[in-house]
Amino acid sequence: MSYYWQYGTLGALTAVGGAFVVIAFLGNRLMRPRKPRVEKATTYECGMDPVGEGWSNTHIRYYLFAFLFVIFDVESVFLFPWAVQLEKLRPQGTVLVEMIVFIGILAIGLLYAWKKKVLEWVK
Amino acid sequence: MPFVAPHIAWHGIAPELALVGGALVALLIDAVKPAVDRRFLAGLSLATIGLAAWFTFDLRDTRAVIMQGTLAVDGVALFGRLILLITAAMTILISYHYLSRRRIHRGEYYPLLLLATSGMTLLAASNDLLLSFLAIETLSLALYVMVGFARRDEKSQEGALKYFLLGAFSSAFLLYGIALTYGATGSTQLSVISKQAAVASVDERLMFVAVAMIAVGFAFKVAAVPFHMWSPDAYQGAPTSVTGFMAAGTKAAAFIGFFRVFLVAFGALQWDWRPVLWIVAVATMAVGSLLAIAQTDVKRMLAYSSIAHAGYVLIGLVAANRDGVSAALFYLLIYAVMVLGAFAAVIVSAPGGSERLSLAEWGGIGRRYPVFGGAMTLFLLALAGLPPTSGFTGKFLLFAAAIKAHENALVVAATITSVVAAFFYVRLIVLIWLQDPPPDDGHPGIGPTPALITSLGIAAAATIVFGVWPQSLIDLARNAISHGFVG
Repeated sequence: MSYYWQYGTLGALTAVGGAFVVIAFLGNRLMRPRKPRVEKATTYECGMDPVGEGWSNTHIRYYLFAFLFVIFDVESVFLFPWAVQLEKLRPQGTVLVEMIVFIGILAIGLLYAWKKKVLEWVK
Repeated sequence: MPFVAPHIAWHGIAPELALVGGALVALLIDAVKPAVDRRFLAGLSLATIGLAAWFTFDLRDTRAVIMQGTLAVDGVALFGRLILLITAAMTILISYHYLSRRRIHRGEYYPLLLLATSGMTLLAASNDLLLSFLAIETLSLALYVMVGFARRDEKSQEGALKYFLLGAFSSAFLLYGIALTYGATGSTQLSVISKQAAVASVDERLMFVAVAMIAVGFAFKVAAVPFHMWSPDAYQGAPTSVTGFMAAGTKAAAFIGFFRVFLVAFGALQWDWRPVLWIVAVATMAVGSLLAIAQTDVKRMLAYSSIAHAGYVLIGLVAANRDGVSAALFYLLIYAVMVLGAFAAVIVSAPGGSERLSLAEWGGIGRRYPVFGGAMTLFLLALAGLPPTSGFTGKFLLFAAAIKAHENALVVAATITSVVAAFFYVRLIVLIWLQDPPPDDGHPGIGPTPALITSLGIAAAATIVFGVWPQSLIDLARNAISHGFVG
């Protein structure tokens, strides 16, 4: 049972955090003036009048770009610690070649995407 | 703590490296030269599989745990790779003309197939829960796309989406189970888990939940009841060649992973999980056999039959002895070959892009095309487990292993469900031979091609040879497990 008491701090933090949000919003609600108007009820979109519905389709190309971005983002996550430690790692040649292989596989993916015309916005 | 670069035993992962390398080359060729002759890509893939098989053969005398304890090089891993490479090669043979006929012969098919195969072979050799998870994801991601390969076909889309959603769901179960196992034992390595699970201080509640979660994850992948819901829709919607690949390959890979994890890592807890898997096995055999009777679509019928067969292989796991493992390995190989044969026959059943999907369209086909009807009959007899086919030998070995483990009630249940299952196989055989062929069945004849005839011939020959002279293959399967699992 004592094992679970280790999570007591976490539980207390959760309770305090929840109480903080509830009290802040409740206090706000009790103290603020309330004068509803149509403009106030509309969605705030950088000060512009909102256009269209909240549910709208996003073009598939955004997702494709997002995928490519994430892939190379993760690549850089691997690349930084590797670059910092490269001097100390042995055997150095193997470590270098391994990373080149890894980037090479991703590069083939990029080449594939390019050849499949994913990178062109207007068809 | 200084970083220590892991020692990498390249020869141990050479088969997978060959498969991934071949897949990348095929992908590159297809991207740079979209009009490339598909025959070239198919040939390249077959050559890659041959190379992987050669590297596998090269490992035949090695028994070791490599890659920091994550990969096992033992008889079971080798036998598993053998099954999976044969499956992949036969899939290419039955795919080539089928994809052209349905006008879905895009070049990506071959890289996806090779990548899925590399995930399957890794799963068969994985000695670490995390590597098992990665291997399952590798094979699943490729298969989700392959199931939806006929992207203008609504059924294919539906199957792919269902497979994807339920597959993602099951992966989450598996991962949660792995996390809990790590919490209870402090390791994801199978041999370390097995040692830790046996000590008294391990938190049993945590271990039970973990084992249950991992069992759910694997049961999804092998399509065991009650986690079989995705498989009839995915099998029916997928292009027929992909259905064959899933029924043979995914099942074999997931089962070998299932066996290794449960017999190595959770071996000490077998008195707790065996009764549960006993119930799952009986439910899988019963539900698969009973629901197959009600099907009118031949692909859907084979999907339910494949669920029932998952139940038979589970007998080997419930037996939890070496005979059970060798019988399951034997069964997975002969099942892969006969089910690929059956799906090849479905592809051959009609020329053009169509197939004889409804059972009624098979009426009297044996009278018009006796050789073709004979081949399909042979595969159906083997699936039903009747002598002199390999299906009989496989079932006999599994039942014998269960008797040895004193699981008599399980064998009785399996025998009863086999009789039920025989009904719908024999019904199709009766349709093929005893019905008068209709004057016009809507299909202009059948559509055999050299590659399809070759795969049908190989499957038929293997089904008969391993039914009449099974001893060499039985010995091979026994040798694979004679020294147990490594690690």
